[in-house]
Amino acid sequence: MRVAIVTFPGSNCDYDCYKAVTELLGEEAFFVWHRESSLRDADAVILPGGFSYGDYLRGGAIARFSPVMEAVREFAAGGGPVLGICNGFQILCEAGLLPGALVRNRSLKFQGEVVRVRVENTSTPFTTAYEPGQVLRLHIAHGQGNYVADPATLNALEAEGRVVFRYVDADGQPTDAGNPNGSLHNIAGIVNEAGNVVGLMPHPERSVSRLLGSMDGAGVFRSLQATISRSNGALPSSDHMRHVAAGGFGHGGVA
Amino acid sequence: MTTTVAPAPFPGDPPITPELVAEHGLTPEEYDLIVGAIGREPTYTELGVFSALWSEHCGYKNSRPLLRQLPTRAPWVLQGPGENAGVIDIGDGYAVAFKIESHNHPSAVEPYQGAATGVGGILRDVFTMGARPVAVLDSLRFGPLTSPRVRYLFAGVVKGIGDYGNCVGIPNIGGEVYFDEAYEGNPLVNAMAIGLMRTDQLIRGEASGPGNPIIAVGARTGRDGIHGATFASEELSEDTESRRPQVQVGDPFTEKLLLEASLELIRSGFIVGIQDMGAAGLASSSTEMAARAGTGVDIDTALVPTREPGMTPYEILLSETQERMLVVARAGHEDDVRRILEKWELEAAVIGRVTDDGMYRVRHGGQVVCEVPGEPLVNGCPTYVREAREADDVVLLRQWQPSAAELTDADATGSLLRLLGSPNIASRRWIYRQYDTTVRTSTVIGPGGDAGVLRVRGSRKGIAATVDCNGRYVYLEPRRGAMIAVAEAARNLVCVGARPRAVTDNLNFGNPLKPEVYYQLREAVLGIADACLAFDTPVVSGNVSLYNENPAGAIFPTPVIGMVGVLDDVERHVRMAFREPGDVVVLLGANTAELGGSEYLRLIHGKLAGEPPAIDLARERALQETVLELAAAGVLRSAHDCAEGGLAVCLAESAIADPERPLGVDVELRDDLPIPALLFGEAQGRIVVTCDAGHVPTILETARRHGVPASEIGRVGEPCGRFRIRTATGAVVEAQVADLAERYHSALPLAMDGDDAGFDND
Repeated sequence: MRVAIVTFPGSNCDYDCYKAVTELLGEEAFFVWHRESSLRDADAVILPGGFSYGDYLRGGAIARFSPVMEAVREFAAGGGPVLGICNGFQILCEAGLLPGALVRNRSLKFQGEVVRVRVENTSTPFTTAYEPGQVLRLHIAHGQGNYVADPATLNALEAEGRVVFRYVDADGQPTDAGNPNGSLHNIAGIVNEAGNVVGLMPHPERSVSRLLGSMDGAGVFRSLQATISRSNGALPSSDHMRHVAAGGFGHGGVA
Repeated sequence: MTTTVAPAPFPGDPPITPELVAEHGLTPEEYDLIVGAIGREPTYTELGVFSALWSEHCGYKNSRPLLRQLPTRAPWVLQGPGENAGVIDIGDGYAVAFKIESHNHPSAVEPYQGAATGVGGILRDVFTMGARPVAVLDSLRFGPLTSPRVRYLFAGVVKGIGDYGNCVGIPNIGGEVYFDEAYEGNPLVNAMAIGLMRTDQLIRGEASGPGNPIIAVGARTGRDGIHGATFASEELSEDTESRRPQVQVGDPFTEKLLLEASLELIRSGFIVGIQDMGAAGLASSSTEMAARAGTGVDIDTALVPTREPGMTPYEILLSETQERMLVVARAGHEDDVRRILEKWELEAAVIGRVTDDGMYRVRHGGQVVCEVPGEPLVNGCPTYVREAREADDVVLLRQWQPSAAELTDADATGSLLRLLGSPNIASRRWIYRQYDTTVRTSTVIGPGGDAGVLRVRGSRKGIAATVDCNGRYVYLEPRRGAMIAVAEAARNLVCVGARPRAVTDNLNFGNPLKPEVYYQLREAVLGIADACLAFDTPVVSGNVSLYNENPAGAIFPTPVIGMVGVLDDVERHVRMAFREPGDVVVLLGANTAELGGSEYLRLIHGKLAGEPPAIDLARERALQETVLELAAAGVLRSAHDCAEGGLAVCLAESAIADPERPLGVDVELRDDLPIPALLFGEAQGRIVVTCDAGHVPTILETARRHGVPASEIGRVGEPCGRFRIRTATGAVVEAQVADLAERYHSALPLAMDGDDAGFDND
């Protein structure tokens, strides 16, 4: 499996996603700079977290105009799995690949903490490894994670089972007490109508190591690995320019 | 590139008068030294450049003779003081760069930008050494939170630190904050950054190689922050508000691009040196880089990209616009450098060349406006040894002895609850919840523990860091207080299992021209020196912030100690939270009768008085070795040191550190001491550890071998159980841990937001 990780100016979780794919799964990952117009031969695409363009104007609002987003759009239209995490989720919403928007947390503050989310849909390419209703403990780290959408959109999301992750309390219930940022319907993550584009605010890539306290995010990446391996190349990859070298944008931890 | 034209005033320059010299913070004697150094009267531009480089902030004129007392060498020190940051070798081919820096004055005027730019500056100091920033810590001081102005400053500073570090993507892994009247008009904002690199990636801020191009990189230069370094070297006053334009504005997005571009430039081999344009901007960065390499520079300010037209060379040289770097490239590689910067969407302009004549020469277009020898500019700043005299009232305060009423406490449970709710002790989660603490996925222990711990990918090692200083102790007895600050930092590191390795210090003091303040400064530096020698922790970088005074007086002398330690096996880290019911609680160190300078005395009796706790550096070292040996052996379930609030608060914090699962504890103390001193006194050299019952003999034997007192004092209880401390006279503290946790976790949210919103969801 080859995973493209799109780096925008200001992305800062790109390296963490890279490590999740390469170290947890032992699969190949490579960075795609936002000015590129090709995702090369990616089997899947991750839009990582961060502050693309400093979140100036609004999270994701400028990044959606980057050249690479046209390639992401085509990739998604062809059924390829796309995952947007945090700022990546904001970009997918701003680009119209997912419905709704993410606005300032109701606390009006940045919030970095561990929350509980319940897996509501285990049929997306990123959630098959979880049990329905499984409660995960994941990190959030955002100032604009408050999911909003108009009533018709919310109804559609609920009716079609497209809410993938929901914030819950210690009893596993989607109460107000369990809602860290004011998101409507306690929504933490959703999937598009076609079922291949998922966005979520929590950071699964930060919970893939026992040393760091939790493996609860590993299922997101393992699901993707299983999905790609099952499809065995049946999913359309973006193109077949296999000569392009991996990596190359100076995000190596120390190197 | 040499010139024979004498520098001339730039059109519009004011004439040099004694008043103008005084406004530049220079004494008549210092002005005479400048005239002597250059052999004539300086131009306005030259006066401005000298003023900045000879300010306290850049020139250390009142502290340099004292700083020479600090130990700075050890086999593992790769770079000591004098560079952008200190660097130590941690083994396995890795090195750690780190430094602490203050942004006190700007934060007093504009808390959000003042604090944000403080983080930006310290990150640049680390990545210009070739290291990737991997963590930030913050050390803060404010007045009491009952003041609306203080709440505004505190909220703004925390948001500024958070927004900047979060955006650049550097985790905050620890910090400290104290609230006291002494800081009411002078908040302290010290930020520490830690960077990681391969040892062969170390680069220095040197302008070597005559003929090499000097390149300005990053943000365009504006009129912001002109003379910030000079501003930082004065007392605050009523008209400080008018200094707001001297506070710079931060842009973390550009910083992130600068970070990536700088590391790529350093790895490319196309450059020979790189430095942040920080305090005193282009003037200090260019002169310091030349001085380190023993070269000169020839710069044309007309080539510097500016934000607005019509900026004078004086303004361009002294601007402190943020997110700018000065790069010296290898001649012939200008286009290679430009290509890398273009990828990161950064502007770059060749603004001059390195020369071999040792002169600091600046022209604007065709006209030379500054031509002075670089050596006296950078190293000629006169240094002063001032009169030192201890303040009489402090001597009197130390003579305090507890009254009979102060030696008893009929409601020790109530006192414990009050201490846990004191802003100086309560949970700091309200602060660090606004920080990203886990980005870069290497945070093993984040804020809230004794020290932050990071893993080092590609190695078994871990890095630990902490910042510490109890200014109250330093006020009462500067030398001992400073030793305690170092000892506390070292204890915090060993509590997580890390061997203390090196120190960065931030000396926050008042006006050194006052003998009482200079006494504090001198004694504190000597205390740091003694303790750092005893612990084998050389000082490899630091910052001096003086003139932290306003009309109401000076701050507590606050020499903040940032300390870095190394874990050989990061899997063997230790946390402060009790782990399992039935675990045995062991106290390492001895309980002694200490109440002086304690939080208990201040909070319960409203007194700041007494001798700070006694400190024995050899005993501290023995305690450190004991805990390190036990941590490495993997026998510790938890470790936490006794600090503010004493043994009772230490036990409570371990019981409630995990808000999801507070554990009870049952402790019996047999010492024959007054209850307040036994429970809440701040005797040094104590660490409370827990272990499985089977490991108690190992702990006692190890402690005995190191000559450290050790006693089994109790057992960890059930989740949400009872917290009980008994003494020879019966049960004196008894409470539900849930109630202790509630008080501890809700205090800051209540003080800041008037509710405890968000604290039920942890």
